[in-house]
Amino acid sequence: MLRPRITPCLLLRDEGLVKTVRFADPKYVGDPVNAVRIFNEKEADELIVLDIGASVADAAPNVRLIAQFAVECRMPLCYGGGIKTVEQAREIIALGVEKVAISSAAIENPRLVSAIADAVGGQSVVAVFDTTRVGPGDYDVRTHNGTRRTGKRLVDAIREAESGGAGEIFVNAINNDGVMGGYDLELARLVRSTTRLPISLAGGAGSLAHIGELIRACGVIGAVSGSLFVFNRTRRAVVINYADQSQKDELVRAALPQ
Amino acid sequence: MITIVDYGLGNIRAFLNMYKRLNIDAKTATTAAELASATRVLLPGVGSFDDAMERLGRSGMRDTLDELALRKRVPVLGVCVGMQMLAHGSDEGQLPGLGWIDARVRALEAHTGSTLPRPHMGWNDVRPVAANRLFDQLDTGARFYFLHSFYFVCQRDEDRLAVTDYGGDFASAAHAGNIYGVQFHPEKSHHFGARLLKNFAEL
Repeated sequence: MLRPRITPCLLLRDEGLVKTVRFADPKYVGDPVNAVRIFNEKEADELIVLDIGASVADAAPNVRLIAQFAVECRMPLCYGGGIKTVEQAREIIALGVEKVAISSAAIENPRLVSAIADAVGGQSVVAVFDTTRVGPGDYDVRTHNGTRRTGKRLVDAIREAESGGAGEIFVNAINNDGVMGGYDLELARLVRSTTRLPISLAGGAGSLAHIGELIRACGVIGAVSGSLFVFNRTRRAVVINYADQSQKDELVRAALPQ
Repeated sequence: MITIVDYGLGNIRAFLNMYKRLNIDAKTATTAAELASATRVLLPGVGSFDDAMERLGRSGMRDTLDELALRKRVPVLGVCVGMQMLAHGSDEGQLPGLGWIDARVRALEAHTGSTLPRPHMGWNDVRPVAANRLFDQLDTGARFYFLHSFYFVCQRDEDRLAVTDYGGDFASAAHAGNIYGVQFHPEKSHHFGARLLKNFAEL
């Protein structure tokens, strides 16, 4: 059976690995390439690396650093941050990155998703939406690390990305980021019912039990977390950890009874 | 030596890294001369079918590849779109494939109906259905990473090496003589992938 993915998300700023809470106060937590090596050893399902400094600073993707990740990474890798053109996406895929994540540029220019999908294949294009809850069952889309409102509703943005040829939808719940109190399951169900594409959800995981709840609510999904895998809550210290295969199997067995 | 056909597509470096970790010599070829000495050929591929076939055609390596695969009968492993290129053709494009395995590439919806997410993306079980050294020590519990929207349909069941369940079983690995293909990404599948790449080196 196809398994849910349990995906660590690494946030970059100025080439360092950082962790945020509700998208704010980036705290330096270590060397990202070293983190990639540790997730190799842990056999993580896949890895997402997002450069949260790139779009805000209007900078191009840091190709030299991305090349380093691609060389080190022995699991599927998704990179996002600062991608604004088809050529940039093509270059990143050519480095050996499996998927490129497009966020603010996709909102500003919806045709970019289809242009990149045509160039590198839709299966390699992830549309990323940072969202906040604005009412019951209603979510908006924000860009630039949550600071800029787009005026767009999440469901509309998802449908637009799907019809544009994206291969995956990744939704990041800003209010839950770094809080470690569990995923927003209402949001997860909304995303699942809006699209037929594979989906990934980030924001809120504080334990493997939270991941189990997400899988129970949505079935086969990408459960993404930064805090859970790069931060030890009780010690408030940086510790890279990840579920081993038997823990993952147990989690899926309990959440998705055959 | 294991030679990876570098025609501008696919994660060449990931294969090289895997083989380096396995202490197995591997190199890339961008010209016919570099390819000619291969004793194992790895054909990677990502993106769309026609783009891959076009680039392979333009690479200047096609004749040498035919010679190695068909006359010298060197083991060839196609990966992902590289596997699909081994078929006669694909619903995704217009160009003919290599036609080295009696198969067609079809859109995944034809198989799954409209209920399952497309692309088929993530880790799934791969169950060998024929005894073959490519799956040595991978006969139970092996799982690999998939990322594809089209799938490989063998005309003959005996060409299927392994199957994977996504809305029903499809051929996730196939072969015809010295020609092998896998739909999943062994270069991104941790120790399972390392094992399969090692097995290919030892065929």
